[in-house]
Amino acid sequence: MIMRREILPLSIFLAFAVLPLLGDFGSDAFILSIVTRVMIFAIAAVSLDLILGYGALVSFGHAAFLGIGAYAVGILSAHGIREAAIQIPAALIVSALFALLTGAISLRTKGIYFIMITLAFGQMAYFFAVSLAAYGGDDGMTLPGRSLFFGYDIVQSERAFYFLVFACLIAVYVACRMIVTSRFGRVIRGARENPQRMEAIGFSLFAYQLTIYVIAGTLCGLAGFLLANQTQFVSPAYMTWQRSGELIVMVLLGGLGSLNGAILGAAAFLLLEEGLSHFTEYWKLYFGPFLVLVVLFARGGLMGGFKRLTGTDDGR
Amino acid sequence: MSLTLLYVQTLNGLQLGVLLFLIAAGLTLVFGVMDFVNLAHGVQYMIGAYLAAMFTALTGNFFFGLALALPSALLFGLLLEFFIFRHLYARDHLDQVLATFGIILTLNQAVKVIWGAAPLSVPIPEIFSGSVVLMPGLLYPVWRLVIIASGIAIALLLGILATKTRIGMLVRAGATNAPMVSALGVDIGRLFMIVFGFGAMLAGFAGAMVAPILSVEPGMGDNLLILTFVVIVIGGIGSIRGAFIAALMVGLVDTLGRSFGPSILRAFLDPSAAAQTGRALAPMLIYILMAAVLFFRPAGLFPAKK
Amino acid sequence: MTIPMLELRHIRKNFGALNVTDDVSLTIPRHELHAMIGPNGAGKTTLIHQISGLLSSNSGTLLLNGEDITALDLPQRARKGIVRSFQITSILPHFSTLENVALAVQARSGSSFRFFGRADREAVLNDAALAALTEVGLRDRANLRAGLLSHGEKRQLELAIALAAQPSVLLLDEPLAGTGPEESAVLTDLLRRLKGRLTIVLIEHDMEAVFSLADRISVLVYGKIIATDTPQAIRDNPEVRTAYLGEETA
Repeated sequence: MIMRREILPLSIFLAFAVLPLLGDFGSDAFILSIVTRVMIFAIAAVSLDLILGYGALVSFGHAAFLGIGAYAVGILSAHGIREAAIQIPAALIVSALFALLTGAISLRTKGIYFIMITLAFGQMAYFFAVSLAAYGGDDGMTLPGRSLFFGYDIVQSERAFYFLVFACLIAVYVACRMIVTSRFGRVIRGARENPQRMEAIGFSLFAYQLTIYVIAGTLCGLAGFLLANQTQFVSPAYMTWQRSGELIVMVLLGGLGSLNGAILGAAAFLLLEEGLSHFTEYWKLYFGPFLVLVVLFARGGLMGGFKRLTGTDDGR
Repeated sequence: MSLTLLYVQTLNGLQLGVLLFLIAAGLTLVFGVMDFVNLAHGVQYMIGAYLAAMFTALTGNFFFGLALALPSALLFGLLLEFFIFRHLYARDHLDQVLATFGIILTLNQAVKVIWGAAPLSVPIPEIFSGSVVLMPGLLYPVWRLVIIASGIAIALLLGILATKTRIGMLVRAGATNAPMVSALGVDIGRLFMIVFGFGAMLAGFAGAMVAPILSVEPGMGDNLLILTFVVIVIGGIGSIRGAFIAALMVGLVDTLGRSFGPSILRAFLDPSAAAQTGRALAPMLIYILMAAVLFFRPAGLFPAKK
Repeated sequence: MTIPMLELRHIRKNFGALNVTDDVSLTIPRHELHAMIGPNGAGKTTLIHQISGLLSSNSGTLLLNGEDITALDLPQRARKGIVRSFQITSILPHFSTLENVALAVQARSGSSFRFFGRADREAVLNDAALAALTEVGLRDRANLRAGLLSHGEKRQLELAIALAAQPSVLLLDEPLAGTGPEESAVLTDLLRRLKGRLTIVLIEHDMEAVFSLADRISVLVYGKIIATDTPQAIRDNPEVRTAYLGEETA
């Protein structure tokens, strides 16, 4: 039986599944590659939604994990290791360690401090990447090709790579959906509403929040791995603080704490960017005021609108 | 390492420090008094630099330019406050982050449209051009000394304003306990506007002062904004004194770390490894400093809130 | 000699020069219902904050069942069995009434670092939560969003949450505050049923309820305990009468 609240995610995934079957989209597979990009950023946005939406922790350094995942591919490739079975664990483990270290310090603070500190740590990762002269420094580096899977070059074609990203998105979405409804997720959601109440019944929240921070960072590291593979290029630009801001915008556009919203928000943001930049070089001149207006007048983002239309309420 | 280089870099560090202080002083109050996350403070700095460049070009004199740029920067800040920020004070941090991020995107792009993407340059005022011999073998640009001196002068002025005037005391009280100040019957909206306008003008002043030595370009405030955050976190939100000390710390650690980090490491590592590690570590130093301060004092060195 | 359930030794809290609680020493035996009364600003709530661990004490020692728990924080003490309610109702308004209580059960039943399996379908948690809701008379409200409950029902819910956390010591900060006469009667009745089953420290301004419920009463004035005795003895204590009860019982 399909519940009403499952209609939206099912239709999103169905749309992603049938898109490549609709046709060839020309030789350069332009649309396919845009949608691939949407799905990669959807993974990053879903992971950010875990801490931002469910944990109510405004992390402004999430792009660092995108960069860490990408550099895991870049640095290993530069040393001749193109095997995904090595690159993926490396991307995930380094992301997790970075999240553990920075999270342990940031989570000792709250509110504005937390925002600024995550921002600062993100910037630290950025400058570290810039200083890696051996790996391209500021300019970044081009990869020799996509990663190999057990020695096979199976994601070279845009279509094959599309399905790899699609599979990753589904896996991440399902994992996150499970986490937020699990015992652990219920503690995180409870802490969002009333941390003092949660502590008064015996939950030491720091450990839970650090755990969700590490999970989110790790999953975003996976998005970084995919991003490096799609563009076959790695540079510090992946982890600028503006990129972190864009990830927050994606989650907020789609609506906080719903996972589906993060996917829709990523799609909306990237398609808007793509669309607007066709018309004008200065698309941010229109997008910036749009953001301000969304905040001032349309609260709850895209998902807020969807909920108002359908009367569903997702997991809150 | 030569002693002269050490002196020069210390002065450079001081100069970066006072610059950071000018930007941080207003922002730390905005954070502390209003609990408002303003990411757009860096663009105030950029706007100040552009306005100074424009008015200097128009009038042909930097000081006329500065005199026109300051009230314009103030006006611009007040307009932003009036049309956007004051509607966000009661919102949660996330809304504030999103809206001010939108403002950054807009203004970075707008200056590109208005003044072009190419960096503008502003000549150093005639009477402060050139360098001065501070000690045998130590030449230092006069304009940088002027920046340091004006920054320290403003720090002193702020100190007097904060402790000796009624408005200063209200602002300090607001940073410690905002609800109490509004309970005293103070028009908190007006207080916010004053703090905000003042912060915008200080940031604009910083931008104008560095216009002659840095290139004036879109996005120039972005990276400085994050250094400012580090300063505020280390100094403690809402504390002018904390901002001053932390700004000098960050300016000195960053500047000296970058120029001397590799040579210090050479004592422990072989030269090429030292150079490489040093280059990688130097830009991270201030963040490590921040983490260390936070580890021992989660609310910064001089927390305003009790 | 039996070990007291809760023992406060020279507990003190000061904000600047102001001593809010001042050298408070108190011994509460197992299963006693101990009420704290005193004028507003006497430091009652602060003392509850200190016992629960929400506020740390400036000095003094706190023993739970003979064990020194002074260094533990709020969640650690909750896991040791000290559970509290708040003067201003503290619940999770967007969770269902049942889930509010189920979370408290979850806190005491196995690890919460479980990432799979829907928590809201765990029968072990829901059954225990339903039992607690039944106990406070909110069973038929189980699936309602907690924010939609009436004020009195929210107070009942908060009690159910506290009970589900399996306390050995229950700290209640004005559980009757803001309730109407009917709601108040329901809650008083509930407290009467809990009495004797666990150790309760109760702050309450409803003197009728306090004197009918309490085994012993402590009177707190300006942060100091001026008397601890049975309700009858407190009623007759001249010092208490002048300091606090004077007008009300005259």
